[in-house]
Amino acid sequence: MLNTHLRTLILSSIAVTSLSLPVLANTSPSEKGAEIAKEWDARDKGFGDSSANLEMVLENRHGEKSTRVLRIKTLEMPDTNVGDKSLTIFSKPRDIKGTAFLSFAQILEPDDQWLYLPALKRVKKISSKNKSGPFVGSEFSYEDLSAQELKKYNYKWLNDEACGELQCSVLEQTPAYENSGYTKMIVWYDTAEYRQQKIDYYDRKGALLKTLKFTEYRQYLSKFWRAHNMYMVNHQTGKKTRLVYSDYAFQTGLKGSDLTKRKLSKVR
Amino acid sequence: MPRLLRSAMVGAALIINAVPATFNTALADMNLDFSGFIAGDTRIFTESPALSGQNNAHLNPSTVVQLEWNFEWNEGADRIDFIPFARIDPQDDSRTHADIRELNYLHLGDDWDLTIGIDKVFWGVTESRHLVDIINQTDGVEDTDGEDKLGQPMINLGLQSDYGDFIFFAMPYFRERTFPGTDGRLRSPFVVDTDRTYYESDLEEFHPDLAFRYAVVAGDWDIGLAHFYGTSREARFIPEVTGGGKTVLAPQYDIINQSSIDVQATYDEWLWKLESIYRQGHGDDFVAVSGGLEYTFFGAIGDNGDLGVIAEFHYDGRDSTAPATIFDNDLFLGFRATLNDEADTTFLAGVIWDTKTQAQSYTMEATKRINDNLTFEAELRVFSNQPATDPLYSARDDDHLQVRIAYYF
Repeated sequence: MLNTHLRTLILSSIAVTSLSLPVLANTSPSEKGAEIAKEWDARDKGFGDSSANLEMVLENRHGEKSTRVLRIKTLEMPDTNVGDKSLTIFSKPRDIKGTAFLSFAQILEPDDQWLYLPALKRVKKISSKNKSGPFVGSEFSYEDLSAQELKKYNYKWLNDEACGELQCSVLEQTPAYENSGYTKMIVWYDTAEYRQQKIDYYDRKGALLKTLKFTEYRQYLSKFWRAHNMYMVNHQTGKKTRLVYSDYAFQTGLKGSDLTKRKLSKVR
Repeated sequence: MPRLLRSAMVGAALIINAVPATFNTALADMNLDFSGFIAGDTRIFTESPALSGQNNAHLNPSTVVQLEWNFEWNEGADRIDFIPFARIDPQDDSRTHADIRELNYLHLGDDWDLTIGIDKVFWGVTESRHLVDIINQTDGVEDTDGEDKLGQPMINLGLQSDYGDFIFFAMPYFRERTFPGTDGRLRSPFVVDTDRTYYESDLEEFHPDLAFRYAVVAGDWDIGLAHFYGTSREARFIPEVTGGGKTVLAPQYDIINQSSIDVQATYDEWLWKLESIYRQGHGDDFVAVSGGLEYTFFGAIGDNGDLGVIAEFHYDGRDSTAPATIFDNDLFLGFRATLNDEADTTFLAGVIWDTKTQAQSYTMEATKRINDNLTFEAELRVFSNQPATDPLYSARDDDHLQVRIAYYF
């Protein structure tokens, strides 16, 4: 009885091995995709912490613009099973000056998020279920701006093609976490430095929703590339949002004890 | 003026940072930010006032100014904040007032922080009553929701650890609550005369008040435990007759001990909230509880707007010798709409409903940004069915809409 069972097990595992052998020999699109993403992730490992100023220019269908100015501090968490911690502090528009946002990113679970409202000096734990909702009325959703972690997506390599002056690998990424607003993202990684150059976002119905283009990449500490200009176009509404980063600083000495609920209530 | 202020602040920085080495780096990254707003408020009262002496006008315009200076150095580890506030109300002298909301020095250490000076602190989680929030006095002439606070002088030390935050307060001076004057709407039947204030303590407003708070985040739970010992922020009122034969109310501030707990559990779209106090010093010892939930339907309005439904209950076990409250046995039902648009449009509407007397107090708040500097706010307050025993009975004819246009800079 036990022998029969064991034999079935052995036989079936042989069957599985022989089936997957030809795929292994040729590297499947998902394995190739995962390898490219792994390389992209590895090249950003060890940045420690960073801070940057961000100007967010929102443009509606009629070309009317409004601007938000904020500062973002990010602390890298070396454990790949937890996401990075970040603190976002608004300085413009002036009516939300001092409003701040503390986020502990998770991989597949909802992030932990607290909002600080300076007029009441109140810290509120907020629901982070709303990953697909717009961030301060922009074309960037919370999930677009939250920490990009390797394990958040499943990857599939589609093809290699030219992207501007560079050569790119094109990957299809599907969110592995719940409540995403996307069925898939098509992401262009340049093969020179494994930087994201462009992302097409497809909505829950599978229609093209948005395109994000990354430009003005600069390298820090001879290793870490950061785009200083990110331009998101919503194809369905005609609205656009441009992010312009400045004053990037790395390894500023930011600690976990600086990114706490208590410190959030003391920010300006 | 900014240059003068800058030198004054550098002077302060010099005193605080006595060590020359620290001082040199301190100067290198000084940063002064000036901001604030000026707003025009108009209250539109639908009915004539119920009480004699109250201004008869249906329109009550007033002007509000709040300025803010943030001066920081040591890469933000040291900071001085100064926030003066003023309102000019041509119809009520008592509502025309100024206050220093904040004037303090703050130091942020690795796992500790220290604030010395006038500051504002909020505790709690519920939306319709702020039961455990006790550090700051209410600026009672500003609004009926009790969310406007007077600056509180304090020394506040916060210690962060792996087991939670330990927060200590010493408050050397008590701030009296503000009340509308004879001409003002939304007041008690007799005017509160703040020149006749009584204190239980012989030290009067100099009684040193102390508070301790322990706050911890445990998974999806945010928990706060606190104790306050000192002058109650709520007054009892003693009717007195003035030399001119007029009846006024003299506020009496007692010494109380209050222990509190506030908890929020955050599970996906659900926020579960509970606040509770145990107070000694106001008649018989009593317990009060506020609790409830907020559930959000994300993306329920248009493509991106969120609709939140809020339900909270309030119980308060205080006896008739304690300061009166409207939240003795009440239910709050409301909703919140957040459109998540460029204009940050929000609505909050609800009713506080006394389950025993059926008294209802309706409230609606809406905000919208007009452009990068201008905002529009509207607040509606409607009082309905208050019996003569209700603290809001005297405001029964004071239903109003307040409209605000604010310019932020």
